This record gives sequence, C-alpha cells and structure tokens, in this order.
Amino acid sequence: MNKRLFPLTLPFIAAAGLVMAAPPPYVAIRGARVFTVSGPVLEKGTVLIKNGLIEAVGDNVTVPAGVTVIEGTGLNVYPGLIDALSTWGIPDAAPAAPAASGARGGGMPAAAPSGPSQPPQPRVRGPEDRPNTFTWVKAADLVKPTDKKLEAARSAGFTTAVTFPKQGILAGHGAVINLGGETSGDIVLDPSAGLYTTFATGGFANYPGSLMGVMAYMRQVWIDAAYYKTAKEAYARNPAGTPRPAYDRALEGVLETHRLLMPATSKVQIERTLRFGAEFKTPFAIYGGQAAYETAADLKKAGVPVILNVKWPVKEKDSDPEEIPSMRTLQLRDKAPTTPATLVAAGVPFAVSSDGLEAPKDIIKALKKSIDAGLKPADAIRALTLSAAEIYGMAGRIGSIEKGKIANLTVVKGDLFDDKAKISMVFIDGKRYLPAPEAPTPPRPASGAPAGEVRQ
Amino acid sequence: MRAARTLLTIAVACGMAYAQQAIVLQNATIHTVTKGTFQGSVVIQNGLIGEVGEKVLTPPGAKVIDVSGKHVIPGIIDCHTHIALDSINEGSVSVSSMVVMRDVVNPESMAIYRDLAGGTTTVNTMHGSANAIGGLNVVLKMRWGKDADGLVMKEAKPSIKFALGENPKRQGQGGQSLFGGNVAPRYPGTRMGVEDVIREAFTQAKQYQADWKDYEARRARGESVLPPRRDLKLEPLVEILEGKRLVHAHCYRADEILMLLRVADEFGFKIATLQHALEGYKVADEIKAHGAGVSTFSDWWGYKIEAYDAIPYNAAVLTKKGVLTSLNSDDVGGGDLSTRLNTEAGKTMKYGGLTEDEALALITINPAKQLEIDRYVGSIEAGKQADLVVYDKDPLSMYSKVERVFIDGIQYFDRESDLAARAKKDAEKKGLMEKEKAAEKANEKPGDKPDEKSAAPKSGRPS
Repeated sequence: MNKRLFPLTLPFIAAAGLVMAAPPPYVAIRGARVFTVSGPVLEKGTVLIKNGLIEAVGDNVTVPAGVTVIEGTGLNVYPGLIDALSTWGIPDAAPAAPAASGARGGGMPAAAPSGPSQPPQPRVRGPEDRPNTFTWVKAADLVKPTDKKLEAARSAGFTTAVTFPKQGILAGHGAVINLGGETSGDIVLDPSAGLYTTFATGGFANYPGSLMGVMAYMRQVWIDAAYYKTAKEAYARNPAGTPRPAYDRALEGVLETHRLLMPATSKVQIERTLRFGAEFKTPFAIYGGQAAYETAADLKKAGVPVILNVKWPVKEKDSDPEEIPSMRTLQLRDKAPTTPATLVAAGVPFAVSSDGLEAPKDIIKALKKSIDAGLKPADAIRALTLSAAEIYGMAGRIGSIEKGKIANLTVVKGDLFDDKAKISMVFIDGKRYLPAPEAPTPPRPASGAPAGEVRQ
Repeated sequence: MRAARTLLTIAVACGMAYAQQAIVLQNATIHTVTKGTFQGSVVIQNGLIGEVGEKVLTPPGAKVIDVSGKHVIPGIIDCHTHIALDSINEGSVSVSSMVVMRDVVNPESMAIYRDLAGGTTTVNTMHGSANAIGGLNVVLKMRWGKDADGLVMKEAKPSIKFALGENPKRQGQGGQSLFGGNVAPRYPGTRMGVEDVIREAFTQAKQYQADWKDYEARRARGESVLPPRRDLKLEPLVEILEGKRLVHAHCYRADEILMLLRVADEFGFKIATLQHALEGYKVADEIKAHGAGVSTFSDWWGYKIEAYDAIPYNAAVLTKKGVLTSLNSDDVGGGDLSTRLNTEAGKTMKYGGLTEDEALALITINPAKQLEIDRYVGSIEAGKQADLVVYDKDPLSMYSKVERVFIDGIQYFDRESDLAARAKKDAEKKGLMEKEKAAEKANEKPGDKPDEKSAAPKSGRPS
C-alpha cells in the first residue's frame, strides 16, 4: 500500500527527482481538537499549512479555495512530537570512530577489542592524547533521511529528534533533525544542538580509567581549549613574533560548544553533575535524571533542565528470585515514574528521550505510567513538544502550533495517551506521512515485544 | 511542636548553622586524651565543646543527658581509608595528581553510617595505591544524611596520595593486568622505577613553577606574554613544593621509606605521613629526623611479600622513638576496621605497653595532627568541634559498645534509636517488594509466556 495519501503523491513524486524539492502543498486540517501547547486547546480548530509552515491556526480560520482539506472530526492535532535525546537518523547508531593515528585528537574507541590473542592496546599517556574524544564528530554530518529508524519513529507520532553521536567521553555534537525529508541537508534544523558527554572510562588500565579521571580529563580539555583560543588569537595578531599553535581538532570541537549534555541518574549523580557542570560556564542539561524526584529543588535552583530517560527501572525479568534488592533500588523503581510530575511542580523544564527504549512508541507508554502517577496529560504533551524545543533553543521554530512555526504536526485518532489511540498521520515541514501498517502480529506475541515496530 | 519548627526555621534562615540547644553530657568518665581522664561532664554549645571538667555550669535551657557510668572520648579519626567513594584508583598513569577524590564522594555509602556507629567521626578518604603519585584526597566528617558537600571537612589541609613498592610497579609487569584487560605495560616495573617517576614528576613541577614565576615577572615588567598552559597534573605538585599540600605516602619496606625521605629532602618538601610503613620500626630515627608521621596497622600483616617483616610492636616502637603515629583502617567500602579502631588502639597496650592515653591518641589527636586538623578535633578541649563518642564501657575494651555519636554537637548516631527504627525500615522494604510483586502479577496475562510455537517461525524465517 502506498504510504502517502493519493492527492499528495503526485507533487511528491514530481519533486523526488529534483535537487530542490517543490514547495510542499497547501493543506488545512479543519474542525479538529487542536493542542496548540503555547495556548489553549481549540475544541474545533483549524490549522492551515502553507509552504512547510503553519500559515494560520484558530477557531475561525478561513480556508481558501483550492486547499486540500482534511476533515478533523475525531482527530487530535498536536505539535510534532520531539525525541529530545536520540540516535534516530544516524544509520547504525554509533558512528565509526576515526582510527587513532597518533595525531592529536586521536581516539581509542571505548570498545576496542581486547583479549589474550589481541596485541596489547597502546597506552594513553594522559590528557594530551585526547582519549575517547570525538568533539569534531557532528550528528548533522551523519544523519540520513533514509535511516530505517525514521519510519518507526514517524509511525509512533514523532516528527523531530535531537540526535547525537554517543561514543566516547566527549562524543560529538548533536543535531535537531526532522524525521523526514529529501536530503541530509533538508532534515537538519540545527547542526549544533550541544555536545554529548559521558563518563565512559577506558577500563582500569587506560586513561582515564575512573570516574574522577574522566572528570579531571574534561577539566584539562576545557583549560586547554581556552588556552588554545588565546594562543591562536595571539598568533593571529602577531605571526612573526609568536610561536604557532598546533592545530587541534579536539579543541576546535570544544570551542564550538555552546551547550553540554551531561549524564546523571541517581540522586548522588545528579548532585555531582550539577556541581561539575557549573564549572564549564556553559549551559548544560542533565540526561537520564530518573531520580530527579529527589533533587527537583536543586535542579530548579541551578536552572538546569532534564532530558528524562523514560525507560523506567523495573525488576529484571530473569533476576534471581532470592535476591533482595537494596532499599535505594526499590525506592527508585517505585518512584521514578513520579519524576515528571515532581519536576512540573518544582518548575524544572524537562523533555523526554527514547534513550534505551526499544521502540519509539514506548516513550508514550512510559509517559502513560507517569500520568497514572499524577502527571497531567497537558504537561506530558508539553514535555514531548514545546519543552524540548525550549531546552534546545528551538522554541521560535518548533514545539507548538503557532503561526509561522515549522509545520510539524502529529495527528491522532483519539487522545494520544489513550490505549486505543491511533496515529493518523504526521506532518513534517508541511509534508504528510502516514504510519506504516502494523507489523504482522505473530500468533502469540511475547509480552513487551515491540509490536508496532516497522521493518522495511 | 510548631514553636520548635518556627525556631528552627528562623535559625536556618539566619544562616546560623550551629544555633542549637546546648547539651550537657553529665557524669561520665571523660577521656580528653590531651588533658587527662576524669569523672565529669562536657558541655556542647553551638557545635563546639564548651566547659569540660569535674563540675560544669549547665547553660540555661540546656538538655542534660545523664551518662553516668559511661565513657566519653573524642571522635575517632581514621587517617587512611577509601570509603564513601565511587571510584578509588586512576591507575592508568604513573602520575595521576589531576584526579580529585572530592569529585566522587558518595554520601549514600553505608560505610559512612557504619563508621559513625563505630565511633569514627572524621576520615581521610584517599586515592588508591595503584600508582607512584596518586590523586588528591579529601577529609570527610561522617555527617550521615548530608550531601557530598556537607560531608567535606573544609578546614582540612589539602593532601595527596603517593605509593611505593609492589602496587605501583605491578602494572609494569605487562601482559594481563591484575585488574583485567590486555594493555601494554605501564612504567614503572621496579622500585627503582617508582623512584624515577617521583623524581621526574618533581623535576617537571619545578620547571612548571619556574615558568609561572618567569611569566609573573615578565608581566610585572609590562611585557605582553602568553602565560604557561595550566596543567592540572603539575599544579598540586607545585603546592607540595610550596608546603601547601600534605603528602601521605603508602609504603611498606624500610629501604623504600628511606628512598622517599631522601628524594623529598633533595627536592625540598616534607612527607606528612608514611602510610602502613610496616617496617617503620626499623628506620624510626630516620623518620623522626625527617619529621614525618606514620599511620600503620596494629597487627595486620603477611598479606603480601612486602608485608612479611611486620611486628605488632610497630606503633609502640615508633611512639617511643618520638614519631607521631596513628592507626588506620585502610577500608575500601565495607566499613570493617574503621568500625572498631578503638580495639585496634587497645592492642598497642598489650604489644608495646603504651598507656591508655597513648593508645587513644593513636586514633584521635595523633591523626588529627597528621591531617593538620588538630586545632579543630582530636581531643576533648574547650573550643574544639564537639565530635564526641559515648561508650557504655571502657573504649579500649573489646566489650564496649558505642551508644551515641556527636559531630559538630549534633547527635548523628544513637544506638537505641537505631535499634528501634529497624522494624519500621524492614516493613518499608517489605512493603515495596510486595508492591512490586503485585504489579508484576497484574501485568501477567494468560498466554503471555512465549512458547515454542511463536519462537519457532522466527528462527526458521530467512532474514
């Protein structure tokens, strides 16, 4: 079956062979329940889309003649859903690490093969070898609109993702991307969403081999970057009388950073990351954040947003029935789904991520659990849309249904958080995409299997 | 109740962290450690020790705790431990002075509470001994319930960990690391190499220090020059050279102890303590001449080659030779020796005939001096921080139990309340587990379990 509705197919095909895509069509969704997010819910609202942007939204929008009209009865229209921390769009997830050539900003991929038969790994001498550092890697250079994960994401109602390279301590720069488009260049909304950092160690034997080693390493790299900048400026002023600073791609990448993403899950980790992140004098967001229900006041005080991993911790399926988990583990499993409601109450901005979830639609399922635990559905929608846009400085372009914003919309038959709801269609840059047909269900699906995942 | 809460709110609002009701520990055997032992009372006021004596004036509104028949000692200080840390060794490089233990303090570590329950109120929690020059240590008070920042004893002088002997040279053997992974060997592989690493590091540090001095001088003359690049590895070593950072050096054998003292003398810095130093008794005079202290074990030995020539008289011999000596736990996280350092101290009365005060000093005032915090803690004297432990019997007896522990005048441990709270905690845990089980059952639907039928086609299907 064709995935796009017939009236829209012709212009799409006509455009496919051209370098420049033809302007997307003029479409109106009329008489739907419109969740603008930035304003009130319109019970019988109309959204007019023109040239990929929202042309008008309201109760009394006049639909001009010649516009393709979608009758909105029974449909809910939301701003396009955003996965705030993702690998969607980057084929094969982790980018291949450039070979460690011995040049500055070399590498040492964390998962280098190691075993008795392998030749020993070379030793990292110290921060000067820039271990596990890939600050020159940009998701914007890696994303492809043909990535297989995009269709599953769209089918679950997502139109946008903030996607990151994730390998290493300083893994690279993320990009805000649309989950559909013609070329790699088309889908990138912002190529510098932030630098993704982890506390990945090189194992006991390679530097940095410990958590405090990683932290010390990051400090030194930032000191080096500031020094590099000063030295380059001094050289530019007076090339004849100043030693020439050696080009360092790792430091170039650090200097381009205007937002950091830093990991923290437990209370202790969140407190640690808040303290550590403040040292870099760069805005940062915490990702993970499942125990943020205990630290909401600290987050609020620090003004640090959270990209929440909504894969809520649960008892492992095949865990030892005799094992008694620690009190802290039990408390986290019990309370993690209450984190969104607590963050709302404390006024801490947060968005949600697909990080660690098997299928995009699991994000919605996980948020349902939080709604059962007291989160207002409107706040869940905000986390999926405008809050994510705000955290990444994109609120002027996406995240709500407002005139002039990019026409990214998620149209649902029924309520997004209702079990029976079906994603009807999504609009990305004003182009309509229909969900892929449900995968053929095996006679007896195993519980928890990603039933809606679409394989191409 | 409401009035009390209001009062507390006001106190917090005014930033009076120590504004608290005065407490009198009345009529116990007071082991001051530095001013003798007597039957008397201790007044706690604003987090500090007030009056101490056979008769004290009860401040107005003070809470009087009758501790008749009990013993009060200053909070125990553990000069060498690795508790409450999320990572211990940055052993990948021979010099890791850029790493900071303060970064990885875990205030939820149960070892903190166990230490507390064993009368230990202050600990020097250190980098491990995997490399010649390790990371920067942190002194914590066992203020259970506070966040990481709230545990740090900010008055303590900065310090660093060094290590000699088997541990730092172990990675130089190459091939399979003791800790897993197949990596090229790390220098050094011998005791000679350990010495060389320290010399090389301080040679670099001296150059770095000179570069900065040169820069400051040129800048003062109005020259426009680039500063040297800040190096987080070398900065702490310059602090050592300038006497601003203490060195706590892990060591065992007499020869390596002499080596380190000579290297330090040559580069012009001091070793604050030799840690473990099980052969310290052999070179007590040389240690004394350098001015280093020793922090050792009572009778823990023989667990590796370099620990064979140990004697249980080490602490006593060193004490009698005039070396500032303490006993430590070297705990890693379980909270073991650090929960009973009092009985460790007691052993020195049997092995070496130390007096009761000398024995107690090994775990209180002496480690306080070694960490340069003796102005604040380590004995029961007016004006010091009110870190106090109440025992039911003589603290040097193995039959004694800790009943109450105060830090900064706040009671952080009370045996009775601990015992009383256990049933409630057990019930809470049981409740959470049952809730989880119930939720699991609710999610289970008949026919959910995958059987052979649904699994078979998957594997048979070409992919």
